[in-house]
Amino acid sequence: MNAPPKAIAGVSTFVDDRIGAGNFLKRNMRKIFPDHWSFLLGEIALYSFIILLLTGTFLTFWFKPSMGEVTYTGNYAPLYGVKMSEAYASALHISFDVRGGLLIRQIHHWAALLFVGGMMVHMLRIFFTGAYRKPRELNWIIGILLLSLALFEGLTGYSLPDDLLSGAGLRITQGVLLAIPIVGTYLQFFLFGGEYPGHDVISRFYTIHILLIPGILLALISAHMILMWVQKHTQMPGKNRTEKNVVGAPFYPAFMIKSGAFFLFTFGVIALLGTFAQINPIWLFGPYTPADISAGSQPDFYMGFLEGALRIMPAWEINFLGHTLTLSVLIPALVPLGIIMTGLALYPFLEQWITGDRREHHVADRPRNNPHRTSIGMAGITFYGILWLLGANDEISANFYIDLYTTTWFGRIAIFVGPAIAYWITYRICIGLQRKDAEVLSHGVESGVIKRLPNGQYIEIHTPPAEDIAEHIRGKKEIPVLEGSEDGEGIPPKGARGPLGRLRTKMSRAYGTDHVPLTDGHHEVGHEEEHAGVGAGDRKELH
Amino acid sequence: MIGTGISVNSITARRRHPLARVAVVALALGLLGGGYALAAPNGSSADAAIASGKADDVAQGKSLFVAHCASCHGMNAEGTKKAPTLIGVGAAAVDFQVSSGRMPAADAGPQAPRKPRAEWATDEAISQLAAYVQSLGGGPTVPSAEQVDPSKGDPAKGGELFRANCIQCHNFVGAGGALTYGKYAPPLNPATPTQIYEAMVTGPQAMPVFNDSTITPEQKRDMIAYITHVRSQVDPGGSGLGRIGPVTEGLVAWVVGLSLLILAAIWITAKKRRAA
Repeated sequence: MNAPPKAIAGVSTFVDDRIGAGNFLKRNMRKIFPDHWSFLLGEIALYSFIILLLTGTFLTFWFKPSMGEVTYTGNYAPLYGVKMSEAYASALHISFDVRGGLLIRQIHHWAALLFVGGMMVHMLRIFFTGAYRKPRELNWIIGILLLSLALFEGLTGYSLPDDLLSGAGLRITQGVLLAIPIVGTYLQFFLFGGEYPGHDVISRFYTIHILLIPGILLALISAHMILMWVQKHTQMPGKNRTEKNVVGAPFYPAFMIKSGAFFLFTFGVIALLGTFAQINPIWLFGPYTPADISAGSQPDFYMGFLEGALRIMPAWEINFLGHTLTLSVLIPALVPLGIIMTGLALYPFLEQWITGDRREHHVADRPRNNPHRTSIGMAGITFYGILWLLGANDEISANFYIDLYTTTWFGRIAIFVGPAIAYWITYRICIGLQRKDAEVLSHGVESGVIKRLPNGQYIEIHTPPAEDIAEHIRGKKEIPVLEGSEDGEGIPPKGARGPLGRLRTKMSRAYGTDHVPLTDGHHEVGHEEEHAGVGAGDRKELH
Repeated sequence: MIGTGISVNSITARRRHPLARVAVVALALGLLGGGYALAAPNGSSADAAIASGKADDVAQGKSLFVAHCASCHGMNAEGTKKAPTLIGVGAAAVDFQVSSGRMPAADAGPQAPRKPRAEWATDEAISQLAAYVQSLGGGPTVPSAEQVDPSKGDPAKGGELFRANCIQCHNFVGAGGALTYGKYAPPLNPATPTQIYEAMVTGPQAMPVFNDSTITPEQKRDMIAYITHVRSQVDPGGSGLGRIGPVTEGLVAWVVGLSLLILAAIWITAKKRRAA
């Protein structure tokens, strides 16, 4: 191996001479990072989180998490003399009277949106490339925990300014708590310290938002990073890439510079948004009073799918022995969240159960090469996306002149039909792309050279694919299929007995069967020459 | 009935009487024939314009009405299957509907949208038409310039009233919102102070009436002050993104924010390290 660069060697020696950790440093500064853009998506979330911590600290210097009533006497004229909570008044103070306060507030909020958005695209990359597979299942679950916590961090965060819009979100939160059977009313009283809205919820949310959840997030992010570092990255299939190596650039100097640059990009984009795009204009919403509500009250985007679920849910409830079970709130609050989060958390284990695949995987799948997984993912995105869209159905109705109830009914049908259609379309696209891959390997790529044969027929000459592309395609791995056939005495193997076993075998066969096996040049003698390069002779034809 | 001072309520109550239609037509004809000299219904200063209105204003209004309104509202504004009666709606309703271009309606949708005024609908023509409709059965009148002067109102007080009464349909800055069955609360941005006032007192289309006992004229002026102040305000935080809240913010976060960062990631990783 090459000697480490001087900058590492020197520092390592210095550290080694003093705390004996030079080897650790030397080894880890040369850690290899794969060079693929999709591997940087998680860093959007990481860097947004750093920006959130810094800007959040700035905001705590002036924010007063109190629901005590004050009369506003600040700079914003249309609210002058209006009675409001101290929390809202201090948020206005930050926006209009603290130098740079509005900019930092907006950067904080935009960073929050990009934090969750970054986590989502990162998670989708991991899902679609199968990077959650053994040995990375635990890190996957940490990721799901991070995403769930981020949703609650966001909810507690945008509730703090105590403006009219955040109050609407708080009211829904209270409604969801109340809908929980038996303990609901107690939970509501615990959280709000009495009747809604009470005087405690802002200060409680404040502690949760600036201390509890960020602390857990920080710990989990550290664990996430350490596990990633120890288990090493996955990599996309390609030339010389195996289950036993990682091909890419070392942390020092190459990746460190790229990573540093990407931090600056993230900071730059967030600052750009914070400067030029107004976000959460609390002064326009006005102070919260439970009597007021605005048209177009929406949560931040990551809560939109819950809002949509609530909006398309029919008004169902069950009355039993004097108790009401409010299904119209309970189902939208719990079922979509449960399907998405639980589904994501369990997916690695369900996949293992179905395929019986207990091997370690360090080379990522291309999404097309596991068509059922990709289709399930797209069905999930469609399910989520429809709910998310319907969360904004009043804005869609008002701005595009579509009848509100039409959007509701569209949502009620699409939520069941949409994922199925997405599943089917995605599956067909995957198979089509696999066929294309197989064709590239067996027939080569179009050269753009048209040739006329002596008999007058025109053909296009195909050339073999470039080596790196061919290797990328050949990286396709077979998905194991459970052995389900009966032995000589008509008894199926152990895992395939009973209705569950039969289902498992059936699903395994559907999940793993490769419909488009790759055939390198058809493996036929004399066939190869048909794909020879342009100008390599004049007898090359394409069938 | 004549000469006793006509209020909206008494008209509404008696409208159902079998002879009401005849009485109303007789009233209208009588007024036209004898010249317009109706006493102001509630004596507010805004009625002065109409009370002092000459008979030919009403006559002119009548001919405008016959030409542009009667096909739906009936020859004597008695209403048809297509459109309601205009007796008792008052000059304010006429001024609101015609000056905002909603009337004459273009088609029978769930709601008549705001559109450019009809060509004949000059300020003068509208006031003549309003005088005619006012002459039919009274009703709310066009507010005076002073009544709707935003500079005389208190925007902070108006804001509280606005939040309590308007934003559940019109959105927190009056950007508009959806209602059921294809109806909607329109954006308040293009509405003039006079139109805002008239909408409150007449309750056009799906909107409820906020009469002077619910919200006093001074409070209405405060609300107008708030609405006009906020809508002309330069957004301190950059582009307002349509001022409809988190929907556009989320859209921008994905379409601008995440897209730019993904492009940056692609750019950064485009140059690969070559194996030595």
